[in-house]
Amino acid sequence: MLNYILCFVLFLVGLYGVLTRKNIIKIIIGLCIMEYSLNLFFIMIGYIKGGVAPIVDLSSSQNVKYVDPLPQAIVLTAIVIGLATTALLLAIAIKLYKKYKTFDIDKINNLKG
Amino acid sequence: MKGMTSIVKKVSALISGLVFLYGCYIIFHGHLTPGGGFAGGTIIAGSFILLIIANGIQYFRLKKEKEESSLAEGAGILFFLLFAAGGLLLTAHVFFRNFLPYGTPGNLLSAGVIPLYNIFVGIEVAAGLLSIFLAFVIYKKED
Amino acid sequence: MDSLIPLFVIIPLGIAFLIPLIWKLIPSVFKYLPATGILFLLVLAFYILIANGNETLIYKVGGWEPVKNVPIGIHLVVDGLAASMLIIINLIGFLAGIYAIPYMKKFTGENYFFVLFSLMVAGMNGVVITGDLFNMFVFLEISVISSYALVAFGSSKDELEASFKYQVLGGIASLLILFALAITYWYTSTLNMSDISHLLKQAPVNKVTIFIQLFLIAGFGLKAALIPFHAWLPDAHSSAPSPISAMLSGVLIKAIGIYALLRLFFNMFRVTYEISIIITLIGVLSMVIGVILAIGQWDMKRLFAYHSISQMGYVIMAAGIAMIILAKGGNRNIAILSLTGGLFHMFNHSVFKGLLFLNAGSVEYATGTRNLKDLGGLSEVLPVTSATSLGASLSISGIPPFNGFFSKLIIIIAAIEGRFYFLALLAVIVSIITLASFMKVQRYAFLDKLKKGGSNIKEVPFLMCFSMIILVILCLVMSLMAIPGIRETFLMPAVNSLISLKM
Repeated sequence: MLNYILCFVLFLVGLYGVLTRKNIIKIIIGLCIMEYSLNLFFIMIGYIKGGVAPIVDLSSSQNVKYVDPLPQAIVLTAIVIGLATTALLLAIAIKLYKKYKTFDIDKINNLKG
Repeated sequence: MKGMTSIVKKVSALISGLVFLYGCYIIFHGHLTPGGGFAGGTIIAGSFILLIIANGIQYFRLKKEKEESSLAEGAGILFFLLFAAGGLLLTAHVFFRNFLPYGTPGNLLSAGVIPLYNIFVGIEVAAGLLSIFLAFVIYKKED
Repeated sequence: MDSLIPLFVIIPLGIAFLIPLIWKLIPSVFKYLPATGILFLLVLAFYILIANGNETLIYKVGGWEPVKNVPIGIHLVVDGLAASMLIIINLIGFLAGIYAIPYMKKFTGENYFFVLFSLMVAGMNGVVITGDLFNMFVFLEISVISSYALVAFGSSKDELEASFKYQVLGGIASLLILFALAITYWYTSTLNMSDISHLLKQAPVNKVTIFIQLFLIAGFGLKAALIPFHAWLPDAHSSAPSPISAMLSGVLIKAIGIYALLRLFFNMFRVTYEISIIITLIGVLSMVIGVILAIGQWDMKRLFAYHSISQMGYVIMAAGIAMIILAKGGNRNIAILSLTGGLFHMFNHSVFKGLLFLNAGSVEYATGTRNLKDLGGLSEVLPVTSATSLGASLSISGIPPFNGFFSKLIIIIAAIEGRFYFLALLAVIVSIITLASFMKVQRYAFLDKLKKGGSNIKEVPFLMCFSMIILVILCLVMSLMAIPGIRETFLMPAVNSLISLKM
């Protein structure tokens, strides 16, 4: 039970980073931390006590317990999605620096109202 | 961005070939061991990026490299889609069906169409990551 | 018929990955490829709705049959609501794709635009046809990441800042949805939507399902831009290029926000009283606050974007009324009437909001500005644009015989019959304020005197006029959908898949 609560604490740490930091790169890092904590949470759901990795080995004995393979496939896809999101955020951050000459989000507020 | 010292250049030239081979191993054995298309593709992209960082960006003709890797990315995913749709057209009218013969589990040539999926996904992921890296580097060079 | 369902995803994906390979070989034809593909899908979606309206088509990807009645693999499910959403997505996609062909000549890098556009349509099609929770998340991410890149397409200062805000808030929304999905998988150990609904029928309503539903309201509310999650919408929808604004405001917030909420809350979880009160409250707040914030705007597209929030509030309020009546066990016919009005208003809003954004794009293409204080008297030099804009403004304010009147009338009648008199009064007041703000747009942009240097403004190219004329004809034709005979074929299959009509 403790490990699930620690995952949630990591999620809140990332959320704190997104909400309170003023530098654009720190906001992106906060978002990445939130993604990592969710991938970790998903993997821990599939764990069964005393299970082995879910790869069929024909030379072993019968009645061997495997951990749940479905969260592992889901997390693989979620990591790829996180990669695409981060890459796009960084590209937009680079172009923002070229236009506004600063990374400070207080100074980047051209759109109001 | 100039390159690094000549020790780094020599060692990285030796190692990047081995890294490339390791990535190919992970892709081809994707249906037998953990890994598969995405992990192997990332490692192959890593071997190319290692060469570019160690030797400096004045050394390469990066624009041509970028166009070729964008082309490879598009071609990889298109062939993947064609194979998936091939299940729709050739047999049983089911999308994503596994229509090549299975073998005995544990051999390298088994599990139908899944090793081919792994190869195309590996090509596509490697080319995609290389395109993203080159897009960042070219942008800095034209600053 | 079943095996044609994956075509909705295959064809836009195939076009999206074909364009970077061949765009140098056929430099003037590749722009027509996405529109052609989406036209074919539109005809297919129409055929599916008319041929089997009330039945459900199920397609098992990969051919994996259920083992001992436990479904394995991903199922693609097309019922009445999915078929109606497919028609709307492909219709607005086709018309925006046609509109974008002359509009994007002012930007560089046109081939990337059409690749991202096809990917966005593929993602939205995938969200509405899938019957598996994680598959819905993957397609949602595909369409949303394409829209982040499309909002920042012109690389001006406004667009980049708007895209950054949109991305951070959208990223948090996706993470909240993934968290709710993880807890659902933990609780039921399956990801298939119909299987989860069977499992949850046997278990009583407990704290876990309410926890999941609250996170889903937060996540999908951020995607659909309801109050208090609306902070990204005015910037993103006003700074994007105009065909993308029409797609974002016309279909994206519906396909990934409202559709997902309705599908998960009516079909998967059982309706509970507390959650339905929350949803109705969010709907009413969106309706009122959206229109109050909209009146003071002087930028044309920002005004339209705030009105999107308000109209989505109408739809959510109607769905919330239906959920309250079902949760308390009241008269089922009133719930069916309210949901009919809500869904009809959602379909109407795609058509007239898409038309309004395309009009704003035409004004910007012809004159170069969007500020209402700088425009004036455009009805002499832009006849097609001003006529269609008048039609769309009357339609959104709820004036007969346009389609907005009938859908708002059905929602207000349902609210009165369910004895929510205060909500009906608020709906009427919001409608009057909407009329006032659109009269402001018409007066300042189209009806005043022409400013200096205005006589050399020409009408926009033919393909842009074509899209606008078809949309305004649809505004009039769709009001026929309220007639009882035609309603059974077109509108009731959608309501039937959420609340079953027989019983």
